[in-house]
Amino acid sequence: MSRAESGRGGLYHRVVVWLLFLILLLPLAGTLLYSLSTSWSATILPDGLTLKWYLALWSDTRFLTAFGQSLLVCFGALALSVVLILPLLFVVNYHFPRLDALMNILILLPFAVPPVVSSVGLLQVYGSGPLAMVGTPWILIGCYFTVALPFMYRAITNNLQAINLRDLMDAAQLLGASTWKAAFLVVLPNLRNGLMVSLFLSFSFLFGEFVFANLLVGTRYETLQVYLNNMRNSSGHFNSALVISYFFFVLLFTWAANRLNKDKA
Amino acid sequence: MKSSNRGRWLALLCLLPFALFFIAFQIAPLAWVALNSLNSPEGWGLANYSKVFGSRFYLQAIKHSLQIAFWSSLIGIVVAVIGSYSLHRVDSKLRDFVMAFSNMTSNFAGVPLAFAFIILLGFNGALTILLKQAGVIEDFNLYSKTGLIVLYTYFQIPLGVLLLYPAFDALREDWRESAALLGASPWQFWRHIGLPVLTPALLGTFVILLANALGAYATVYALTTGNFNVMTIRIAAMVAGDIALNPNLASALAMVLVGLMALITVVHQWLLKRSYHVAR
Repeated sequence: MSRAESGRGGLYHRVVVWLLFLILLLPLAGTLLYSLSTSWSATILPDGLTLKWYLALWSDTRFLTAFGQSLLVCFGALALSVVLILPLLFVVNYHFPRLDALMNILILLPFAVPPVVSSVGLLQVYGSGPLAMVGTPWILIGCYFTVALPFMYRAITNNLQAINLRDLMDAAQLLGASTWKAAFLVVLPNLRNGLMVSLFLSFSFLFGEFVFANLLVGTRYETLQVYLNNMRNSSGHFNSALVISYFFFVLLFTWAANRLNKDKA
Repeated sequence: MKSSNRGRWLALLCLLPFALFFIAFQIAPLAWVALNSLNSPEGWGLANYSKVFGSRFYLQAIKHSLQIAFWSSLIGIVVAVIGSYSLHRVDSKLRDFVMAFSNMTSNFAGVPLAFAFIILLGFNGALTILLKQAGVIEDFNLYSKTGLIVLYTYFQIPLGVLLLYPAFDALREDWRESAALLGASPWQFWRHIGLPVLTPALLGTFVILLANALGAYATVYALTTGNFNVMTIRIAAMVAGDIALNPNLASALAMVLVGLMALITVVHQWLLKRSYHVAR
């Protein structure tokens, strides 16, 4: 049902779509305006515009540290996910297609078990003993792998099914390539697009993850979201600049993913 | 045959690192929670559960969680249905733009969203002042149940649009034309054709929104500094709060939440099997 309409019916649909856009835009636009205003209280519009909150934010070393640490944890988790999920997908699709049914159940777990619940167990299991990881970035990297798993598994599976893995592997092997060589030099390049899209999107939601970061590590290795939460008592303008900077960064990554997705189609 | 056997063993070996990490970070914590929910100072048994269901405080947390999840999912899905239908019927330039924007805002949740709403709808928020001056509202308390439902609805809408938009593909334009030619009013078309076709997708999406809201923690925590009584806040407070640490009771409440989520997931899988995807 994707036929554009003109006339009265068309006008109604355009109004609805613009309203939807406005509802979604409103909190962002408000925050942006607040982050650019000198002071704003008890009036509908701010008194004056300034960039000083952004300058204050981007020269705050605690912010820059938190930002860098967030990047490190996210990139670490994504690297781990790629290393763990790619071989899994290859093996499941090429050698044991029946495992796919089991995997489809397993990847429901990170969806069905809220991070708060996992945290209860993680705090106890890794709080002390030989694997005392609570309070270090390592535990976050592990948790973020499970967060990204369902998403990456689905995205790359779709891509694998589209490239006809078995034929591709058979052809490469007929031409004399070993399984390893065929997997790395033939299959992997064909998966690049799907992989990149899922990495960009995973990054943007890992970057926004708060629950694990706050409960398992907190201020001992402050990530951007934890920093944001800890700054709640500072100026609202400063916080707005922080929110907008964060959102701009996520925007960049989502936009990149969208672009890649279009190229593929 | 021998070499292919070796290949299969090597392949299985490749699965080992994944299995180790998945068990360490997903299965083991969950198993710990399940096991320890049965462990209490009085020994093994259901004591923690009877404490949860015997306490008005925890029952209130469960009630709040369910109420906020239900209303935010319901309002969210109504907005998403109206929005996705109209998105299907405007020109592609506007559609692509709004869809892309909606996908981006689906990442705008948690702490940053709570902050944005404080600025907009807090006691001195720009929108609160505007609406008060216009005489639309007397007062608005963002830190109340109603406030939380508004906030949750905001992050439910983009997710709802994302999930529902493809479902409208199943509604074919010629059905609407045929129905109109045979004399059906738009209302009759929706009552007898449109809604029945969309029902599995609608229910499936509603169920995902419910799960999304039930598990939410960051937004409500950031907004109320952990003072609003919902399940996720209670669970976290019992393992990482300043007072009243009680991991066993936290485990029991966590298992109640997992039970609710499991129920939702099962319903979702069942609906998925009956949905328009499979029918094609």
